Amino acid sequence: MMTNPTGRVTQGMFSFLPDLTDAEISLQIEYGLNKGYAWSVEYTDDPHPRNTYWEMFGMPMFDLKDAAGVLMELKNCRKAFPNHYIRMMAFDATRGIETVAMSFIVNRPKNEPGFGLVRQEAGGRTMRYTVHSYATDKPEAQRYEG
Amino acid sequence: MNKPAEEGVIKDAKKRYSAGVLKYRQMGYWDGDYVPKDTDTLCLFRITPQEGVDPIEAAAAVAGESSTATWTVVWTDRLTACDSYRAKAYKVEPVPGTPGQYFAWVAYDIILFEEGSIANITASLIGNVFSFKPLKAARLEDIRMPVALVKTFKGPPTGLVVERERLDKFGRPLLGATTKPKLGLSGRNYGRVIYEGLKGGLDFMKDDENINSQPFMHWRDRFLYVMDGVNKASAATGEVKGSYLNVTGATMEDIYERAEFAKELGSVVIMLDLIIGWSAIQSMANWARKNDMIVHMHRAGHGTYTRQKNHGVSFRVMAKWLRLAGVDHLHTGTAVGKLEGDPMTVQGYYNVCRDSYTRQDLPRGLFFDQDWCDMKKVMPVASGGIHAGQMHQLIDLFGDDVILQFGGGTIGHPAGIQAGAVANRVALECMVKARNEGKDIRTEGPDILRKAAQTCTPLKQALDTWGEISFNYASTDTSDYATTPSVA
Repeated sequence: MMTNPTGRVTQGMFSFLPDLTDAEISLQIEYGLNKGYAWSVEYTDDPHPRNTYWEMFGMPMFDLKDAAGVLMELKNCRKAFPNHYIRMMAFDATRGIETVAMSFIVNRPKNEPGFGLVRQEAGGRTMRYTVHSYATDKPEAQRYEG
Repeated sequence: MNKPAEEGVIKDAKKRYSAGVLKYRQMGYWDGDYVPKDTDTLCLFRITPQEGVDPIEAAAAVAGESSTATWTVVWTDRLTACDSYRAKAYKVEPVPGTPGQYFAWVAYDIILFEEGSIANITASLIGNVFSFKPLKAARLEDIRMPVALVKTFKGPPTGLVVERERLDKFGRPLLGATTKPKLGLSGRNYGRVIYEGLKGGLDFMKDDENINSQPFMHWRDRFLYVMDGVNKASAATGEVKGSYLNVTGATMEDIYERAEFAKELGSVVIMLDLIIGWSAIQSMANWARKNDMIVHMHRAGHGTYTRQKNHGVSFRVMAKWLRLAGVDHLHTGTAVGKLEGDPMTVQGYYNVCRDSYTRQDLPRGLFFDQDWCDMKKVMPVASGGIHAGQMHQLIDLFGDDVILQFGGGTIGHPAGIQAGAVANRVALECMVKARNEGKDIRTEGPDILRKAAQTCTPLKQALDTWGEISFNYASTDTSDYATTPSVA
């Protein structure tokens, strides 16, 4: 359990709101599809704030224009990784943007252990900081068991 | 000059006055048939000629005094291709509904400007001409810079796309707050505010413009405690967090020293005040490119020349120059907050920061098309007297690519800074969610907030505290936004 006001990792667009239902997720997917974005499902067992590359659950669905199909991919991912972090990512290929346009978490481990801050004292009063993910104390694939 | 009579230098006032004004036209600074070239820089000035000064002659004088003219004919002109160097006023129109004021369009050949130097551009365009006696007042309203000149600038060191990638924050406005009180907190107390705000849910905290290194808090202490708060909050939330460390100092050496220390401590962002000047800004943009740093620009002082409509420089011109000079964040107004600003005009500033290609849009004060040639985009910052209850208006006006800064609206929350941050973040997320779901947030916004507040006590407290929030915006046109009750 983390100590911030939400008690959990607050990445993404909607972490301060109650978990989105599948119907609500579908509306967000539709919004992105209407904007021409390509959806992708990603998962990880290491939600470190600078862990950019979560695992891709397949490639971005460039040709899938149907929200139900995108949601099915999410459901498949949940089935395979029920206790991982899963996020929906929408990619915008517009010239001058060409980056992620939407990103929100849609699945979490039951227990979110969070992060510790490791301080290393350096010269003067300077401190070097390391944000340490407790989950990564365990090997890959064993981080959110039980 | 056109006013020597009043100084008693010339005896025959009338004759001399006419001759002086005519001279600018005769010297080639007016050409009503001129067709601007794609490589010209175009300026639109609002001029108020002195009594009796013909507007066309006044416009020619503006062109002359912002390019090559001096008060009299000099034979040494004939040693040069002087026609190239003469700016040309090519159109003059009365300002609608404002007697005595005229719009004057002036074209400048590309040879007039050094490549990649805002200092050089400004020395011409807003140099001597603004003190020119035949004009009561002059204002540079807008500017079109040619592609060839734009490409000589590197623009924002990071840009809003890369900033989002670095911060891992997409699809919503970013949230910030300025640490208050702006003066007097010790480093240790100051860092407390940073930590609470960021842990509560903000993305950024911010130094104020006049926080440098005063007796109550040396700059190194500020940086050390702030970065402890930033890192602690990042660990507590799992999010990338930042705090704009104001590195403004008395000399370039001071500024570099402070920026280096910010980098050493791992800050993602530094802050500069506009008053350090164009050359210093461009130097720091170079430094930031080299050090993967986001540059937050606080427009301290701009009101001294942007606010009065009849004299100075419009902020849209400042925003264009700052984008070229290289800043990543720029305060561009709120339209609904405590600081004045017509919503359409403010939207015009936002467009200048974020457009790939800015189109002429007269209601938003944009007189020219401007091709930005794929230059990186500046993240606009809305800061000053805004609160969670205005979330729907802010998102409707400015979209996602903006930093919304709620200083008082966070730190003044009755249940504390973290609660204030929660209120703002929940208001933001519920409004983005509702908009994406297809709801009309302009009309339904207040209901959406009230509903979210049912399960979020901090948001309820915020709405109750800043209670003049009107929940019945019947009309959605811009004038209603301008009269929205605001919180100081």
